[in-house]
Amino acid sequence: MNGSPLVSARGVRKSFGHLEVLKGIDLDVQRGEVVVVLGPSGSGKSTFLRCINLLERPDGGSIRVDGELVGFRTRGDRVYALSESTIARQRQDIGMVFQHFNLFPHMTVLQNIVEAPTGVRGEARAEAERRALELLDRVGLSEKAHAYPRQLSGGQQQRVAIARALAMRPKVMLFDEPTSALDPELVGEVLETIQDLARDGLTMIVVTHEIGFARNVANRVVFMDEGRIVEEGSADVIDNPTNPRTQAFLSKVL
Amino acid sequence: MHPADVDVGAAVKERHPGRWVATAVVLVLGAQLVHMLVTNPNFEWPVVGQYFTTATVLNGLLTTLGLTVIAMSVGIILGVCLAVSRLSSNTLLKMLAGAYVWFFRGTPALVQLIFWYNLSALMPRLSLGIPFGPEFVVWQTNALISPLLAAVLGLGLNEAAYMAEIVRGGLMGVDPGQTEAAQALGMTRLRALRRIVLPQAMRFIVPPTGSQVINMVKATSLVSVIALSDLLYSVQSIYNRTFQVIPLLLVACVWYLAVTSVLYLGQSFLESYYGRGHSRDSRLSWWDAVLMRDRGTVVRPAAAPELPA
Repeated sequence: MNGSPLVSARGVRKSFGHLEVLKGIDLDVQRGEVVVVLGPSGSGKSTFLRCINLLERPDGGSIRVDGELVGFRTRGDRVYALSESTIARQRQDIGMVFQHFNLFPHMTVLQNIVEAPTGVRGEARAEAERRALELLDRVGLSEKAHAYPRQLSGGQQQRVAIARALAMRPKVMLFDEPTSALDPELVGEVLETIQDLARDGLTMIVVTHEIGFARNVANRVVFMDEGRIVEEGSADVIDNPTNPRTQAFLSKVL
Repeated sequence: MHPADVDVGAAVKERHPGRWVATAVVLVLGAQLVHMLVTNPNFEWPVVGQYFTTATVLNGLLTTLGLTVIAMSVGIILGVCLAVSRLSSNTLLKMLAGAYVWFFRGTPALVQLIFWYNLSALMPRLSLGIPFGPEFVVWQTNALISPLLAAVLGLGLNEAAYMAEIVRGGLMGVDPGQTEAAQALGMTRLRALRRIVLPQAMRFIVPPTGSQVINMVKATSLVSVIALSDLLYSVQSIYNRTFQVIPLLLVACVWYLAVTSVLYLGQSFLESYYGRGHSRDSRLSWWDAVLMRDRGTVVRPAAAPELPA
């Protein structure tokens, strides 16, 4: 863990109308660290994750990725919102995997993976396809390169979505409940893939309900409730929670 | 108690005596119709044949086709812009596009056509310059607005209002998660629209657009009121001389049917193209085979051609 944190959130606030979903989130994620965010539904976990790549624009506080302020810039004392194209460029370094996979159904698996590297990063098609096949091999789906997403199981689709995000060589990967939409027997293959990435030292923030996964993979576990981080620590916290709200949550899910 | 010796697979095939009777009735009526079409001398089929490929009619057909292509192009391009404007977060754009659709969809196409044709009555001259200030270029409206331009404006701008609603419906039918996924990969909104959302929306856009094109082929006959010699105007100009009204209208009808039939085939083709990836069937569709061959990718051997629905 060298130097400054890769992701650094300070006092992040977000409201939807009158509902304050995030009430000041402070979180540092070091390079190579895997942080698992746990908490009841509606605690703001997903919203926080979506603030990191600006799918939601925070109402206050700040988020830095690799030292760079996300979505805004400062000049003197003033803060300005960045243009859409600059935000798009920042997002290239932040990979995201969604609960519902969100693969592009009109493209084959291979096209899904090379679309952004070629279209956004401007990589050569042949090189992008070579790397896409490598990534597919890594998630165990080489033979599905020319299939359409709809011809795959949920677990396979999510593994393709992971490969698609990795193809942009992101500095950090965000996982938004990656197994919540899967049939129980398909959860394992996706978690194994994520675990495999963790072993390679990829920095990851994972929002999940899979306590077992958190115990095995997390360098750090963060509990959120009602828009705040109520407790955090190593994976041991799961077995010895001190905060009453964490205890209440864990007693329900364990 | 459920005896195990029953096998529903051996069920007696159902009979449908009613369907047989109905088929017989339809066949008889059909035969009668054909007999009447062939033997009734009032249709004057020899006259139909005589005029079917005359220069006047073919020129009219060409005008109709050309006008359809241009007016539809204007309609589709402007319609997509309007639809995107209506769905944008820019309030001014949203309101302008809404007002456009409200006006052009709410007034008859025929009136719009005549209005453009007679624009000079309203504004005898058009100019470019500084608002309320000096003018740089000035045109005489009458010289600028030819019947053809009036027709393109009248039909195209009217069509854009309908296409805007069709495209808007298609765009709204695409899961918002698709835009999010595209943005998360670093695509700008415009790129996400072009590469991800619009191609998926096409599945919803193509069928109603097919109807619009077929409507447009026939709607071009409105331009006969501004003396533009389209297919209908051409046959009218002939029967005004010869008084062979029915056979010449038949000439026009047969041509309209021929054109719309070809368009219908084109629509099926487009539907199967934009429907790719929407079947769980892992066989390659006809289109995938074509696309992959073009890109030099190996086509898997089991590829059974799938005919467009």
